[in-house]
Amino acid sequence: MTLTLGHYLTLGAALFAIAVVGIFLNRKNLIVLLMAIELMLLAVNLNFVAFSHYLGDMHGQVFVFFILTVAAAESAIGLAILVLLFRNKSSINVDELNTLKG
Amino acid sequence: MSQTLNASTLLAVPLAPLVGSVLAGILGTQLGGNWIGRRLSHTFTILGVLVAFIISAMTLKSVAMDGARFNETIYEWMVVGGLKMEIGFMVDGLTAMMMCVVTFVSLMVHIYTIGYMEEDEGYNRFFAYISLFTFSMLMLVMSNNLLQLFFGWEAVGLVSYLLIGFWFNKPTAIFANMKAFLVNRVGDFGFILGIGLIAAYAGTLNYTEVFAKATELGAIEFPWYILGQDAMLITVICICLFIGAMGKSAQFPLHVWLPDSMEGPTPISALIHAATMVTAGIFMVARMSPLFELSDTALSFIMVIGAITALFMGFLGIIQNDIKRVVAYSTLSQLGYMTVALGASAYSVAVFHLMTHAFFKALLFLGAGSVIIGMHHNQDIRWMGGVRKYMPITWITSLLGSLALIGTPLFAGFYSKDSIIEAVHESHLWGAGFANFAVLAGVFVTAFYSFRMYFLVFHGKERYDQNPDAHHDDHGHHGHDDHHEPHESPWVVTVPLVLLAIPSVVIGYLTIQPMLYGDFFKDAIFVDATKHHVMVELAAAFHGPLAMAAHAFSTLPFWLALAGVATAYYMYMVNPAVPAAIKRAVQPIYTLLENKYYLDWFNENVLARGARMLGVGLWKGGDQAVIDGTLVNGSWKVVGWVAGVVRWFQSGYLYHYALAMILGIVVLMTYFVTWPMLAQWLGR
Repeated sequence: MTLTLGHYLTLGAALFAIAVVGIFLNRKNLIVLLMAIELMLLAVNLNFVAFSHYLGDMHGQVFVFFILTVAAAESAIGLAILVLLFRNKSSINVDELNTLKG
Repeated sequence: MSQTLNASTLLAVPLAPLVGSVLAGILGTQLGGNWIGRRLSHTFTILGVLVAFIISAMTLKSVAMDGARFNETIYEWMVVGGLKMEIGFMVDGLTAMMMCVVTFVSLMVHIYTIGYMEEDEGYNRFFAYISLFTFSMLMLVMSNNLLQLFFGWEAVGLVSYLLIGFWFNKPTAIFANMKAFLVNRVGDFGFILGIGLIAAYAGTLNYTEVFAKATELGAIEFPWYILGQDAMLITVICICLFIGAMGKSAQFPLHVWLPDSMEGPTPISALIHAATMVTAGIFMVARMSPLFELSDTALSFIMVIGAITALFMGFLGIIQNDIKRVVAYSTLSQLGYMTVALGASAYSVAVFHLMTHAFFKALLFLGAGSVIIGMHHNQDIRWMGGVRKYMPITWITSLLGSLALIGTPLFAGFYSKDSIIEAVHESHLWGAGFANFAVLAGVFVTAFYSFRMYFLVFHGKERYDQNPDAHHDDHGHHGHDDHHEPHESPWVVTVPLVLLAIPSVVIGYLTIQPMLYGDFFKDAIFVDATKHHVMVELAAAFHGPLAMAAHAFSTLPFWLALAGVATAYYMYMVNPAVPAAIKRAVQPIYTLLENKYYLDWFNENVLARGARMLGVGLWKGGDQAVIDGTLVNGSWKVVGWVAGVVRWFQSGYLYHYALAMILGIVVLMTYFVTWPMLAQWLGR
């Protein structure tokens, strides 16, 4: 059995779906939410790398680096917010964080 | 045209009373700190009116003798889009006659007031008002344009309002002055529409310029249908103007304010509500005769309204018990006569009657006032009687006034009233038949109520101590509570009575020739003799005042008047049980008269209440429900409801937002992916 583009795309879609479900199902922990977002970005990266490889175009891999950088920055900011949130609310329970409503 | 009149002399006529009024009104009242006392107040105002009267008399002399005329603009107030608004005087026969009548009656009333208002606290205020009235009335009659006429018109209305409510502590007086003001607004609304139409179509307000365009105006069709018919512009203008006259001259159905205006002091009833202001409407129509001549429809309308007023208001006079109200209804009826004459194109006859009426009706009112003083402010004629013995001068003058009113030959009222009856008889306009009947029947009615009052007051048993509700009213005369005998009034009251009695008797005899058949009014009043031949026929039948009086004994009006007097004599002197029996026999009619044809009821319950209901309806329904409820509150309620629904999506939970994002992506992707395929499939 040879690995084809379809396998990679399937894996990417599965990872993405897992991340989405993770966002919805997670009601307890904001860290899990951040992780799910990371996972989503990784699923996208996987697609980029797979296409890049199979199409022989290096631009896709360049974008992966960009996304990784952005993801790292985003995680840093997200964790920082998390820390501040915990200081203020003594909780990172997602169900209690509904102050975003208008 | 000889120029013996000059502007500054004429200007002094209205300004002299104004100065008197300002002095008495500002320095003599609390406004200026009561600087001058009663004596100075009445001296100033009487001097002012005296000056006005003397100049008016001189003006009349030069107008009548030397044929002097004056028509100039004195001051230009403003120009708006080519429409000049000016103040100016126009003096011709009509104006000069009116000036003399106004200033003479005003002078008499000023003198009389010294006696009548002697014990009233508002003495100075009263003098200020009546002088202000004289000023306004003079501005009205001397005007040479419609704007100034309107100014005078409104100013006399204002002073009338102030004077009806002179005793402002009396609720009835306040009600009456409000009523007078409101009813006059209805008339004035018509009047200003008429003036507006003239300004719009003739482009000027000056009399001379308007009359120069009269024929032109007469040919214009009114742009809108009225009652589904074509109408001529001139008819609409004339009827609008006449509606103004109906308000001011108290013609049916706008007459309701005049009887109530008797709440005011008696001197002003004589001056304003009998002699001068209420005749302003008659004067105005006579002045506008070149316009009215062009519209037979308007003339018919005028005649019918006048006839209704002349007859039906006379009926009301029969059942009144308040001495002033009897005279007030008599005034209404006589104003109706004048209006009928206007309708018959006999403008000069109407103005002639206006003049004689001013004298004898002012006399009757002042006589009534003198009786009221003598009776210690009792006004109910049922509790008078036998006053003749105590008040001889008042008795004689009132008798003369009554004789003039009912049209006894040789008296002033005879010449004017008989001429009106003749004029209506000759008229062939639509409605002339009814008018003819009304004025003839009116003669009997006039004689009856006049002499009913006369007999009840001056003859018969003395009943003044039987008054069940004898009360001493709240405006003075507490000084002689201890004796109830009537007493003759002081000389300041009786002298005006005598001075008014003289013209009431002789003025008709002296002036009928020049005023009706001479050329005294020839350039003031225009009659289209080819269409309206009334004056021509009257002139043909006229052979001098003496012959007219002699002829009267063979005419119907004289016998009708005699019958009226005889009936009154029988019913109130010989057999006093008759009126009560008649009253029982025709109870429904009596009730109808008692309630003044239910016009007040109609006005209060239908017009006023209807207007209130309309107002409440618009307020509750239009303003509160539609504007406030639906538009203003409704819009925020809709926004609030939408926001309430939308807010439900804003849960604040991250995963809800994420879900929304993902659903959005799914929808968009589905669209982008499937749409080209779908389009391809459909296009196949």
